[in-house]
Amino acid sequence: MSQVEERSITLTVNGQNHELHVQPRKLLADALREDCHLTGTHVGCEHGVCGACTVLVDGKPVRSCLTYAIQMEGHEVSTVESVAIDGALSPLQQALHEAHGLQCGFCTPGIVMTFEAYLKRNPEPSDAEIRDVLSGNLCRCTGYQNIVKAIQKAAEQMRRNTDYVAP
Amino acid sequence: MKPSAFDYFRPSSLDEALEQLAACGAGAKVIAGGQSLGPMLNMRLAMPSALIDLNDLTELAHIRDAGETLVIGALTRHDGIAQSSLVQARCPLLAQAAQTIGHYAIRQRGTIGGSLAHADPAAQFPLIAMTLGADIEIAGRRGSRRVAAADFFVSVMATALAPDEIIRCVHFPTAGASEGSAFRTFNRRHGDYAIVAAATTVALDGDRATRVRLGLSGIGATPQSLDAVVRPFAGRVADATWAAEVARAVRAAVSPEDDPRMPAVYRKELTETLVTRALVSAVGRAKGLTP
Repeated sequence: MSQVEERSITLTVNGQNHELHVQPRKLLADALREDCHLTGTHVGCEHGVCGACTVLVDGKPVRSCLTYAIQMEGHEVSTVESVAIDGALSPLQQALHEAHGLQCGFCTPGIVMTFEAYLKRNPEPSDAEIRDVLSGNLCRCTGYQNIVKAIQKAAEQMRRNTDYVAP
Repeated sequence: MKPSAFDYFRPSSLDEALEQLAACGAGAKVIAGGQSLGPMLNMRLAMPSALIDLNDLTELAHIRDAGETLVIGALTRHDGIAQSSLVQARCPLLAQAAQTIGHYAIRQRGTIGGSLAHADPAAQFPLIAMTLGADIEIAGRRGSRRVAAADFFVSVMATALAPDEIIRCVHFPTAGASEGSAFRTFNRRHGDYAIVAAATTVALDGDRATRVRLGLSGIGATPQSLDAVVRPFAGRVADATWAAEVARAVRAAVSPEDDPRMPAVYRKELTETLVTRALVSAVGRAKGLTP
């Protein structure tokens, strides 16, 4: 198909509606970066392996390089730009900072989004569970040890913040 | 933009999807989770003229207990299957395998219907469908039909699905009493496709195996059932020696492709090891000794 018309869509990102004109083949990752000017979502491998482009769709982590912007009509997309409130880092972001869970930072937005979602579902994860989930996010700087430490630290902080009661 | 241009349709019912699929002709592709199709589009290994998006078809997202079978809708996500207490209780082999598919984010989006239709020879759901003898229910404009897994998988990424058909649901036989099951997979990196994977169920009467089923992936163009090879080992005490003996027989029976990067002897070695471990684990579960 040589000519496919652009479509007008409404993309809801971080609670804001964006009116976009996109071809159906426009990746969500590219729409976020190029059309919504939200460049916190990083594009690495562009085939679902590296996890850098992970965003939340209706609260669940999703590869934005394997979804098309047009598919997101009627859904809520959340990106790393929504995580810090009024400039204050989330407990997970703060823990990544304190535990040296990042160096170059390229993979960090995907890790933040994945674990913002995962820690809501599993507030008291084992190291093995963290590593299983973290296996979907490639980091070439840290060797992962400090990321696991940071996630444990964040989970602990979040449990304290919410008066979490162990099951 | 990575993929080549395609038209896009988002039907709200299965009937509408089937009509659109027929109207678009052979160049159209159905997309559900897109976790396999997406990479193929980005790399332009596939260049469909249109995508028909099934994600609004909530009628296809369900897990139903039908007594001797679990009926799982094609749009059910991997994570939904892995986390379902119904699947864990009634078809634990399926839940265990689902937990190992790709990565956490992939499992949120990928669907069982998509995995079966894609028919990657190393994927988990085709192997479990083959091992348990699941039926795949296919919808077409002229009605539905049920195809046994053994007839559904034709070759590498080739199935019995006609171009104008869509998978509606899968019927998985549920686990019997005093039956244990286990799934073992080997890959170089966590979350990668299996080099070899083994799935087994063992039913016991006391210490003796009454029924053994075994499926393997990584040894051929489709997942294989090795039931004919393991059947003679029923009726014996299912201990560690027995498991090792079954695994040796399975190793002798398989003839994987010889690839310079992955010699046949390596896959045979993996087969023996994984089958032994899977059998021992399934027996332990059948006895209620291990979770």
